Amino acid sequence: MNLSYTVLIPLLPLFMFLFLGFGFKRFKEPYSGWIGTIGMLITALISFYTAFQYFFNYGKVDGVYQKIYAFNTEWIHFSDTLHIDMGVLLDPISAVMLIVVPLISLMVHLYSIGYMHQEPGFTKFFAFLSLFTFSMLGLVLATNLFQIYIFWELVGVSSYLLIGYYFEKPSAVLAAKKAFIVTRFADFGFLVGILMISYYAKTWDFATLTSLDFIHQLSSQVGMFMGFSIITWALIFIFVGGAGKSAMFPLHIWLPDAMEGPTPVSALIHAATMVVAGVFLVGRLFPMFFFFDDGFALQIVAWVGAFSALFAATIAFTQYDIKRVLAFSTMSQIGYMMLALGVSGYEGHEGLGFMASFFHLFTHAMFKALLFLGAGAIIHAVHSNDMNDMGGLRKYMPVTHITFLIAALTISGVPPFAGFWSKDEILAAAFEHNMPVYIIGFVVAGMTAFYMFRLYFRIFWWRDPDYHHAPHEAPKTMTIPLLVLAFMAVFSGFIPFSELVSADGKGFHSHIDWVMAGASVVIGLIGILLAYVFYKRENDLSTRFAYAFGKFYKWTFHKFYIDELYFFVTKKIIFQNISGPFAWFDRHVVDGTMNLIGNKTVWIGEKIKGLQSGKIQDYAMFFISGALFLIMVFWLLLN
Amino acid sequence: MNWNTMLLMRQEIVLTIVILVLLLADVFVTKDKKTVNYIAIGLFAIHTLIGFLPLDAGSLFGDSFRTSPLIFGFKNVLNVGVLLIIMQSASWLNSKMLQYQKIGEFYALIFSSLLGMYFMISAGNFLMLYLGLELSTLPVAALAAYDIHSRKSSEAGIKLILSAALSSGVLLFGVSILYAANGSMYFANIHDNLGHSYLTIMGLVMFFSGLAFKISLVPFHFWTADVYEGAPTPVSNYLSVISKASAVFILMFVLFITLRELKDIWTPMLYIVSVLTMFIGNFFALRQQNLKRFLAFSSVAQAGFIMMGMLAANDLAVSTVVYFLAIYIFSNIGAFGVVQAVSIASGKENIDDYNGLYRTNPMMSLAIMIALFSLAGVPPIAGFFGKFFLYTSAASQGYYALVFIAVVNVTISLYYYLLVVRAAFLRNSETPIPYFRSDLLTRIGIIIVMIGLFFLGLYSPFYDYIQEVSKIVGI
Repeated sequence: MNLSYTVLIPLLPLFMFLFLGFGFKRFKEPYSGWIGTIGMLITALISFYTAFQYFFNYGKVDGVYQKIYAFNTEWIHFSDTLHIDMGVLLDPISAVMLIVVPLISLMVHLYSIGYMHQEPGFTKFFAFLSLFTFSMLGLVLATNLFQIYIFWELVGVSSYLLIGYYFEKPSAVLAAKKAFIVTRFADFGFLVGILMISYYAKTWDFATLTSLDFIHQLSSQVGMFMGFSIITWALIFIFVGGAGKSAMFPLHIWLPDAMEGPTPVSALIHAATMVVAGVFLVGRLFPMFFFFDDGFALQIVAWVGAFSALFAATIAFTQYDIKRVLAFSTMSQIGYMMLALGVSGYEGHEGLGFMASFFHLFTHAMFKALLFLGAGAIIHAVHSNDMNDMGGLRKYMPVTHITFLIAALTISGVPPFAGFWSKDEILAAAFEHNMPVYIIGFVVAGMTAFYMFRLYFRIFWWRDPDYHHAPHEAPKTMTIPLLVLAFMAVFSGFIPFSELVSADGKGFHSHIDWVMAGASVVIGLIGILLAYVFYKRENDLSTRFAYAFGKFYKWTFHKFYIDELYFFVTKKIIFQNISGPFAWFDRHVVDGTMNLIGNKTVWIGEKIKGLQSGKIQDYAMFFISGALFLIMVFWLLLN
Repeated sequence: MNWNTMLLMRQEIVLTIVILVLLLADVFVTKDKKTVNYIAIGLFAIHTLIGFLPLDAGSLFGDSFRTSPLIFGFKNVLNVGVLLIIMQSASWLNSKMLQYQKIGEFYALIFSSLLGMYFMISAGNFLMLYLGLELSTLPVAALAAYDIHSRKSSEAGIKLILSAALSSGVLLFGVSILYAANGSMYFANIHDNLGHSYLTIMGLVMFFSGLAFKISLVPFHFWTADVYEGAPTPVSNYLSVISKASAVFILMFVLFITLRELKDIWTPMLYIVSVLTMFIGNFFALRQQNLKRFLAFSSVAQAGFIMMGMLAANDLAVSTVVYFLAIYIFSNIGAFGVVQAVSIASGKENIDDYNGLYRTNPMMSLAIMIALFSLAGVPPIAGFFGKFFLYTSAASQGYYALVFIAVVNVTISLYYYLLVVRAAFLRNSETPIPYFRSDLLTRIGIIIVMIGLFFLGLYSPFYDYIQEVSKIVGI
């Protein structure tokens, strides 16, 4: 069975990027959009076919889903075990991503044809989308740590380009810079982790790194540092990289600002695909996380995830920019996925958390992309991000209204929508392994329902403001993706995920514990009910509550002043007290020395120009004397 | 000897046929002389393609002529280089059409010189090497003076032929001394017959000087700048890459295998020459205004880096040097190609003339930037990998000081390469070179070079192949 055709999956979007990127002045709107969409459609079809074949045809051997190297080529060789490869790795989690990434990307491509209508740089936008899709697919299909790192940086670059798409706007430029610098800072941790792995494990290959024999052998070989295995430290460093990309506390500060990008970009990159890269990374190395030091690194993952989930949900209560509410909700939901990984075991039903995490990743991608695209349609109609400018939109935008309601019900965990099933698995896993984390997760479930319906009621009910020109429903290219994603949000919960994706690859039967499910549904409904009371009609209940909370409300509204804290540390402490003196030293001492050397070099160049006289007899003289000189030197040396 | 063994010389035979056909074509095509260009390029393209057919290893004429996958592969590299060069020459020849009716001569001369290179790198003894060397040099002297209405071109021709005469005299003298010392001309017989004596050292140094002249090593490099500046650009291009690369190749063979016994002499010699060449080449390049002269000194400096790679004197050295040469050929052809296109379109050859080029000719500016970055060794362009492997090769034998010197020199070289890039991209000019569109062949040539400059560096099987066929020394 030859699977090397899978290399087309990342290469097609790369080709589209080059094609659209290099010829962009020749393509006019909307042709470039359609070209990009069709390219993406082909990629998506190949991906779906591959994922389907993997799950139901050749993936399972002897009851275990295998890691299959569909394509692998050695790129740089360091030693027989350590080499940088480029390849395509098929296993359950990459196959899941093969459905998520191309599907969302395809929907966003189609949606953007309508959304980006008459924007300057229409073609450029589609070229960048293709670049991002290429990078993301390369990331999820990576066969080794170094490949994942390369594509990790590439998604960072494409995210930078797309956040800064409106580059005439200073806030967009700042946001792009912030996203790039913060994630880059986190990636430094990732790189350190990779280098530590290469030094101690002497391989980057995923199949080797995650095989139990290898882990067993490695854990007896490597040394300890401060009570933990060095590999555990490496994994923590790698998780720092993952936390940066996935906007986990305290590296989350870039995500709300990233909403400066066009909304389809937020849907694709900052909701469904790139931000879950951290979850994917931990999942990719899950056996290592689990087995070294009894899963100490995994404990960190669980607590960072749980705290981020709670933290972000709190902030989402008080925000007025609808995209920022969604951004904090994304952060909160990714925290959910992280905590699910963190409480997961390895074998059989013990690995429920692992499976639940990827299940939630899948459903979340669908409903969060749907929410963002819906928000995009609303912004498109109202020309504002602020929920104070909205209200009563249900009459004007029926399709958007219905799909948005479905998505909100899904994220609130109302059965039978997809979010109910995946969230329930997460809570069940947490309940079995880590009670405090479960309680946090349970509370967050209620909070989620409340702030999502606050958003929903504020947009579609609340009041009927006087619109200057009546908002109208979005064009077909925008509503069709909404409907497709709404379909997925409703039905993707019925996929028997636990049979397909599991930590040990064997699959297991999961069943619903109705008591626990009932509890989480009830808290979700309470959240919705509260939101109904507060926001169904315009009233001042929420304002009064805000007063009652006083200081705490203000803190939450300002996102707990984390940004200001960063500014204080970087600007006031690092820049002034450390960088300042260094800059002086650099400018005066280092530059001075370098300029001196440079000037002298040029001066020598000037002086010796005369040697080249242009006279052939001089040349002959130099030739002969050069030869004689060498002869003399070695004659002398001979003695 | 039968037909099959004669086929070991397939490339030589085909090229000879190409030359003969071309000479005839020049006689028979009387109406539109431009056709000769296309006949020549077409024939040579076919020759290049035939070159890629597999060929056995073996030897002919009692070991005077040898071939192996490495030699054979290297000839292919030379072929590709020459093909790219002649694709760029066509437009130059066409622009001078009215003055010279014998375009075929130009190609016949270049191909004859290439034929000489073939024999030189396939040589199994010193005589064959010498004959090949002469055959490769003499036509180039004629080519350097090809632009008969330009005094500089005539000067270049005269300077080249005089210097070449001197150097081949010295080389021949060195060869005869080596013969006197051990009694054989054959590479295969010499290596265990040499002792360390005044005589052998003298022979070695003189032989080395002769080839060092072709490679433009200091202090045998003085002709380089004058000839490159005066000669027509395609000819300078040819001299800087094809001629230099083949001389390096055969020098490496002779030193590593035949004169292996004298390794303790020639390694310090290469060391000294390498340091001198890097520094002198770079220092002279710093203040040049004329781009062809500038590229001449840059190519001198590059030769110094190559010598550094050779110092390791093992299989690693062979593969890294061959790899570097292949990339160097591409980079230099790219740089010369743009210089020539600009020179044909506007007649300008100075760095200052390039001010504001990016605004009028963005693609050309991009091309010369990539080529120069490759020469300077900026990742991820192929030149970086080439240089990096040269360092690895030198460092593997403990020449850390030399690697440090090389790094210092790369820094110096970056300065002057960036001067050109700065002129094209950052500087403005009130009278920039106006927009021009060079002919199709030139553009295709430059595009191939650009693709090659990324491909050769990133496509690792290419290096792996070289490494596999480079096991000539066995160390």
